[in-house]
Amino acid sequence: MSADMLQGLTIADARDRMRAGDLRATDIAEAAIEAVEGARALNAVVHDTFEIARTQAAAADDVLRARGADAPDLCGIPLGIKDLFCTEGVPSQAGSRILEGFRPEYESTVTRQLWDQGAVMVGKLNMDEFAMGSSNETSTYGDAVNPWKAGEGDAALTPGGSSGGSAAAVAADLVLGATGTDTGGSIRQPAAFTGIVGLKPTYGRCSRWGIVAFASSLDQAGPMTKTVRDAAILGRAMMGHDPQDSTSADRAVPDLEAMLDGDVRGKVIGVPKEYRLDGMPGEIEALWAEGRRMLADAGAELRDITLPHTKYALPAYYVIAPAEASSNLARYDGVRYGRRAALDQGDGVTEMYEKTRAEGFGDEVQRRVMVGTYVLSAGFYDAYYNRARRVRTLIKKDFEDVFADGVDAILTPATPSAAFPLGSASGDPVQMYLNDVFTVTVNLAGLPGISVPAGLDARGLPLGLQLVGRPWEEGELLNLASAVEERAGFVARPRRWW
Amino acid sequence: MSEIDAETARRVAKLARIAVPEERLAPLAEEFGRILGFVEQLNEVDVEGVEPMTGVTPMRLKRREDVVTSGGMPDRILKNAPEAREGFFAVPKVVE
Repeated sequence: MSADMLQGLTIADARDRMRAGDLRATDIAEAAIEAVEGARALNAVVHDTFEIARTQAAAADDVLRARGADAPDLCGIPLGIKDLFCTEGVPSQAGSRILEGFRPEYESTVTRQLWDQGAVMVGKLNMDEFAMGSSNETSTYGDAVNPWKAGEGDAALTPGGSSGGSAAAVAADLVLGATGTDTGGSIRQPAAFTGIVGLKPTYGRCSRWGIVAFASSLDQAGPMTKTVRDAAILGRAMMGHDPQDSTSADRAVPDLEAMLDGDVRGKVIGVPKEYRLDGMPGEIEALWAEGRRMLADAGAELRDITLPHTKYALPAYYVIAPAEASSNLARYDGVRYGRRAALDQGDGVTEMYEKTRAEGFGDEVQRRVMVGTYVLSAGFYDAYYNRARRVRTLIKKDFEDVFADGVDAILTPATPSAAFPLGSASGDPVQMYLNDVFTVTVNLAGLPGISVPAGLDARGLPLGLQLVGRPWEEGELLNLASAVEERAGFVARPRRWW
Repeated sequence: MSEIDAETARRVAKLARIAVPEERLAPLAEEFGRILGFVEQLNEVDVEGVEPMTGVTPMRLKRREDVVTSGGMPDRILKNAPEAREGFFAVPKVVE
């Protein structure tokens, strides 16, 4: 069985062919294993789980034989899992040195739901440390590499972050889909950089239980796939109420795939003027215009809207997210799990904490934990943290106002640029934070957002459009995304160099 | 508001329980200054009378029966501990 069989294979196709009996889960699993082994240069898969994959695939074949067309959607589908998800008995390090050696005794709710459907885990995927980053360059495993190259150039490009390994693995056809998480754009930005689809569901749709926490009021898991239909299939399987996460929504999850009828006539699509940035590349502007044309062609009504607090989203995010992170990451103390620093004679418990955290956390994580500590400290709490939370209320209200005016969804570019070379960032953390300028508002407002590949830049790199929907209306959002997908006709593939 | 000096960086590092070598304090203070300078734009926003957001999705926290639903697995709890002895997490001497 050759790894080539995964080229362009979608979850929907694989499902249908397995149900019909002309493809076996064990064969797809072997193809995925071969593909992963042949793609080490991408550094996308950081912990192989091939034996688990083989066992799960054999079990899936039994279910497929017994149930045929009634087998669950994901039965036998090979997936990659972001290292942020706790998977029982399998390393789950959140891309951090401080969790070296950690093998959870439990399974995250999202991955549990996937395995219950018969999905197959091929491996754990690279990511920025604790999901803090936009280029996958803060990982303890080293950079993940984008399968795409600019023109005939050979420079290694970032797959984006923090779900960089997930994006690279799906774009390079190593797996049929991957889980990601999105706190400020970590699903949508890497999806845009690698020419795939990434959905961040409404806050509360997917259980956060067993997902290593970064900023709990913003974190949300979601699917990263080759097509919108696959995002509907994998997304639906990841969603659902979980009593173990008190912010998980007790709402029925509709059959998202069945909602993809392609009919978006009469839908009102808002185009926010605040997303037109000074110095935005002409190609991004042109892609956005093309997106408007595609939706108009599909029968939607385009409407200019205003989201007046947009420019304050990133600064608010860079108070709220570090504040929550400093609290969440307090648990990494070298006592209960992970790595403890070697101690000197006479070192007490404080030295143990300080040395363990200095050794175990990378620069960006340390920076954010300390910024969070500062904005929460006595005397600054009101000036920074409370002010940021007030601004967050206003950002959310911007969206509520346009939705109340009859807007069904909002169209924006997904990112301010295409993928950039690894190592090219200036070293100024604020410059890196600007990657999230179009995506971070959506997390602050708790809304669903999706990135759809919609075109190529002059160097042949993929660019994505973002659609933002009303709360809980992932089905309608996916349907709109499919209208863009159909008209964009994005069929380009990275040339294989790995 | 955001004049961050090396002394402030030292204090924050201490609060965050992260050992920062002396020579890193000044550059760190500069990085904090840049980040906090960036977030100071928030001062332009009129937030008079605006409630700070606590939860992004309005929902009542669910309640459940106040009963023990888990436990009795000290071995599994200690499985990932860097050091455990006799059913306990082990740490260096705590002297205050």
